[in-house]
Amino acid sequence: MALIKDGKLVTDPFVDASGPEALPPTGPVLVTYDQWQAERAALLARGTPLGIRLHSDQPPELIAADLRHFALVALEFPKFRDGRAYSYARLLRERYGFTGELRAVGDVLLEQLFFMLRTGFDAFDVQGADPLGSYRTALGDLSVWYQPTGDGRPTAMQLRRKH
Amino acid sequence: MYRYDGFDAKFVAERAAQFRRQVTRRLAGELTEDQFRPLRLMNGLYLQLHAYMLRVNVPYGTLSSKQMRTFAHVARTYDKGFGHFTTRQNIQYNWIKLEQAPDIIKELANAEITSIQSSGNCVRNITSDQYAGCAKDELSDPRIYCELLRQYSFLHPEFSYLPRKFKIAVTGSPNDRAAVAVHDIGLRMHRNEQDEIGFEVLVGGGLGRTPYIGQTIRNWLAPEDLLSYVEAILRVYNMQGRRDNIHKARIKIIVNQMGIDKYRELVDKEWEFTKNGALKVPDDEIERIRAYFAPPAYERLQDLTAELAVARKADRAFDRWLRGNVIEHKVPGYAIVNVSLKAPGRVPGDITADKMDAVADIADKYSFGEIRVSHRQNLVLVDVKQSDLQQLWRELFALELATPNLGLLSDIICCPGLDYCALANARAIPIAQDISHAFSDLDELQRIGHFTINISGCMNACGHHHVGHIGILGVDKRGEEYFQLTLGGSSDQQASLGDRLGPGLPQAEVPGAIRKIVDTFLKRREHEERFIDTYRRVGIEPFKEAVYGSESQAA
Ligand code: SF4
Repeated sequence: MALIKDGKLVTDPFVDASGPEALPPTGPVLVTYDQWQAERAALLARGTPLGIRLHSDQPPELIAADLRHFALVALEFPKFRDGRAYSYARLLRERYGFTGELRAVGDVLLEQLFFMLRTGFDAFDVQGADPLGSYRTALGDLSVWYQPTGDGRPTAMQLRRKH
Repeated sequence: MYRYDGFDAKFVAERAAQFRRQVTRRLAGELTEDQFRPLRLMNGLYLQLHAYMLRVNVPYGTLSSKQMRTFAHVARTYDKGFGHFTTRQNIQYNWIKLEQAPDIIKELANAEITSIQSSGNCVRNITSDQYAGCAKDELSDPRIYCELLRQYSFLHPEFSYLPRKFKIAVTGSPNDRAAVAVHDIGLRMHRNEQDEIGFEVLVGGGLGRTPYIGQTIRNWLAPEDLLSYVEAILRVYNMQGRRDNIHKARIKIIVNQMGIDKYRELVDKEWEFTKNGALKVPDDEIERIRAYFAPPAYERLQDLTAELAVARKADRAFDRWLRGNVIEHKVPGYAIVNVSLKAPGRVPGDITADKMDAVADIADKYSFGEIRVSHRQNLVLVDVKQSDLQQLWRELFALELATPNLGLLSDIICCPGLDYCALANARAIPIAQDISHAFSDLDELQRIGHFTINISGCMNACGHHHVGHIGILGVDKRGEEYFQLTLGGSSDQQASLGDRLGPGLPQAEVPGAIRKIVDTFLKRREHEERFIDTYRRVGIEPFKEAVYGSESQAA
């Protein structure tokens, strides 16, 4: 597993604390929505960057009011066919104004990277022998877009109207 | 018709190259079949019983003669010399090799044709009225909005992994020839009190194993709001649609579970945020697209009623064809000509490469080089001069494309069924062939009048059996093929789902049962009633009795 953030391979500063292991005493952690609900005060008291991981049946509305506390929101693709997180990502960016790291986790395939980028993800948990190479190939696949999303890439319609 | 500009051309070229890379990765074993499946499906490539099947879009049913020749070329070069037009205004090739699929897709892209999203859990080919732009009863040309939606839906980053497939149909005429009520979204154009054109929006229609007629979610939608409103419907569906059960994943299920009022409330809430955003369609974009659909250079002509009457008197076969397959055009002196792909004993919707080329030549000669595909699996030449009709008829007749049975009993819709389809329970094609043989007497067909028979090889209902006046559904009874009949379905502006007639019948008994139903209808018919009207008046009982005998009523 490798993490690509803003187009670069990086080491994940967040410790995934969503499993049974105890929270590390310090440093950035990634927790589940349930943990956030149960241990909100303690998590905030740590004073270190906080990430939250949402399952595909947990819409971002659940955390809309708390977003300022999170440096990272990780949205899960339990199967690549489950496309709910594309909508969640757009809502987080375009409606709730989340500007932190938006990470795709789970069954994240090369072929979906561009859809993810366009809906607002900027970080990807990816697999494979050459994740960065695959990432770059996927980025180069297409250069024409028909749909306006929050990423600001101009659509074909907008470009046509400029001429 | 619409022509690609630089953006569209680049898009399909890039997409074709991407698909080639995906196929290469699959053939090299870098992608598992499970990972590859959604990628090939989103390019229209299915794995069927005998080979790969490629489904290619005919956006809203409009084709140029050049594109038809490309279809012929693909049929000849990569398939067995024919193609099959479907109820979704697509063409399917049944004998495709995976290794060749990237070449086909590239050749299609060069002719401005794609197979993008002809399958997969995404927005499928946008369908419409096959007479769009030419029909006398049309308010405004629906293809402009279809084209807007086509572009909007292609590789939508948010909606490429919906819970299930999503079909949108648009009609610009009060007489619905696009079956919009049985689509996930149906758009019906009409005028509001201010005399502005807009859409009634239906949602949640669909066939398959749980058929529903769409319900009105919005009475009137301004064209400039079309995309933002469709996006709101799609977003609610993407987030709320069921992901746990493929048979319950279509939007119709969620709409009917929560009720149309609740669904509308969610959509409106969503739409509040987006309706004045980047998706608002500027007038100039609508006009830009409209310009592509500007009427061809019609000559100033007069209707040739008198001349045609003379020709009809002199030639009974021409008369019959004219009455059956030719429809009034909005421009005087022109006519809309339906090209029947339903000659007796033929496979409905199938056409050979040679005939595709011939139709392309005919379209160049007589109809401004344009061809339409109808959801009832026929072709249409929409702009024929009335003075050319007789000569055109002779040419079509020689090609066996002039069977005068449009809208009559032998104009059967039929899915590929077990002859090709991996999901089928039963062979649908032989049933269609048997029926069209049994009812090949043209006088009789005309006497019976308007009649639709729709056949599906399984409950996925690609043959729209629920909305046929007679629907025929292939079922599997302990390993044997049986056929379940329904009566009273309709897909027009008074859409209805058929009622089950009784237990399934073996193949050999189906034509006889149809015969009994028709005889009963003719006995019960009042005046010149259509079958569907008689059925709605007298109900199912007389037909049940005719097919199953009177003891069935006691049982
Ligand atoms: S209705 Fe069934 S048999 Fe017919 S094409 Fe569709 S899936 Fe195949």
